[in-house]
Amino acid sequence: MAQTLVQKIIAKAAGCATVNPGDMVTCGVDLLMLHDGSGPRRLLPQLKKLQAGLWDASKIVIITDHFTPPADQESAAMLKLTRDFVKDYGIENFHDMQGICHVVLPEFGYLKPGMFVCGGDSHSPTGGAFGCYMAGYGWTDVAGIAVTGETWTVVPQTIRINLSGRFAPCVSAKDIMLLLCRTLGMNNSFKVVEYGGEMIAGLSVQERMVLTNMATELGCETGMIAADEVMLGHIRDHGGVVDNDALAWSSDADAGYEAVHAIDVTALVPQVAAPHSPANSAPVVEYSGVDVDQCYIGACTGAKLEDLRMAAQILKGRRVSPKTRLLVAPASAITLKDAVADGTLQILTEAGAILLPTACGACAGLGAGVLAEGEVCISSTSRNFKGRMGHVESHVYLASPYTVAASALAGHVMDPRDIMAGTMGVGNEVLS
Amino acid sequence: MSRRAWVYGDDVNTDLLAPGYCLKLPIEEMAPHCLEAHDPNFAGNVRTGDVFVAGENLGLGSSREYAAAVLKYLGIRVILAKSFARIFYRNALNVGVPALFFPQAAEIKIGDDLDVDLIHGTIRNKTSGKNYSVKVIPPRLMEIIDSGGLIPHLEKQFARGK
Repeated sequence: MAQTLVQKIIAKAAGCATVNPGDMVTCGVDLLMLHDGSGPRRLLPQLKKLQAGLWDASKIVIITDHFTPPADQESAAMLKLTRDFVKDYGIENFHDMQGICHVVLPEFGYLKPGMFVCGGDSHSPTGGAFGCYMAGYGWTDVAGIAVTGETWTVVPQTIRINLSGRFAPCVSAKDIMLLLCRTLGMNNSFKVVEYGGEMIAGLSVQERMVLTNMATELGCETGMIAADEVMLGHIRDHGGVVDNDALAWSSDADAGYEAVHAIDVTALVPQVAAPHSPANSAPVVEYSGVDVDQCYIGACTGAKLEDLRMAAQILKGRRVSPKTRLLVAPASAITLKDAVADGTLQILTEAGAILLPTACGACAGLGAGVLAEGEVCISSTSRNFKGRMGHVESHVYLASPYTVAASALAGHVMDPRDIMAGTMGVGNEVLS
Repeated sequence: MSRRAWVYGDDVNTDLLAPGYCLKLPIEEMAPHCLEAHDPNFAGNVRTGDVFVAGENLGLGSSREYAAAVLKYLGIRVILAKSFARIFYRNALNVGVPALFFPQAAEIKIGDDLDVDLIHGTIRNKTSGKNYSVKVIPPRLMEIIDSGGLIPHLEKQFARGK
């Protein structure tokens, strides 16, 4: 029987030949990822209560990113607890303050096609860019998995998105996702979104990660992309070992999708989501001119090397408007190192960007860069719920790194295509 | 026991239920901030045994379990919604609060007196006199609820295994 990619992975994890959407099955977990927020501080008391140990320390990865670097004593205590836990429980896969978990996992080659992976964070679907199933779980589920190595799931239906065409200048995967949040809505719970089509083959792995990352905002269990040579090459380049039959991890041609949508990205324009929902998106012109107090490039969604390069394309040789501030929190230590090596960071800082630590930070209202009452921010992150990035009465617009950088130059929401075309309005002091 | 309904609309998200800046706090200190940006009357007035009723996509957003745990801490004993975000749904069951899909949630008014029967999948609105039938929680997940949550459920399983 024809199977979708997610059916194939769940069938393998559940030890079945095939599974059907709606089946409730128990899956063996190949890898469990935890961070400092949802990880040891929550897991330890539950392990003690259960008087149980870990099912397999070698299959658990712990990454600190939420309360790093510690800005207060509570955060410092949580990080210390995390480090102590790692020692006490013999966890070797530990990445301390090396970046945001969803970006760090593939940097170290942990993910590969066909795996059934659980993450203690809602943006875990990011991992689907590597041909695996990776979904988010709360901390009690995580404790159950950590102890037993298995969890239940109901086999989800798949929504297929076929992408074609080529991006116009200053358009990126983020714009596809802001469009989809509007058209598909954010209530696709217990379903999977799978991206395919000829455009995917030419899309970089980091851009694919934006598509799977924001499957979360669609409400999907996870986002998925079938294995291809681009993906396998990326995994090998990052120390991962790929099975010989890895390319088999894709949906069958005649697999049953719940829905199939086609998007030709050629006509796509930069999108902006207004407060207080990612679904509240529209072409950038709808919001152009809205004054912004802060421009933020950060998070698992929008601060990987390619995201920083997009911003640099816009900022090169120009200066951030004195009417706003541009904060940049690179998504990982490796991102930062690479951005130094290729000159991206210099472009950003010469334009006036303020460099923040590599962490989840202000995206989740934590750490540096949170907003005051009444402040407006445009952000390359994924969520703009009320109060998300700071004060309850602050306002967050979501956009691509291109659009955030353009807005930083203007001091208001700005179409990045106008910067690239050199047609920024008269009266702006920012053009060099 | 009081079964008063607290009624909300669509898309009540995890940042509203458990604000990010409270995530470092113990639950008793975080609880007063539950829904403060949405309904400042909720946390101070909800009573043990009350029912939380919401529209579509309840609990969208973060995986933070506080979003479900804080409702339990404040006394909510049943959650009814037209639809749930997946992680929130799992979290609710895992902390031992039954979550039922309730397509007619919009017919419930704030303060209605509800009688929810988990076994038979019936909801009786004693205020309006209307009765509803809903899908029961799958037996396998109901075992978790009956145990009081996933951790006590595992404790039982482990005890049986020993």
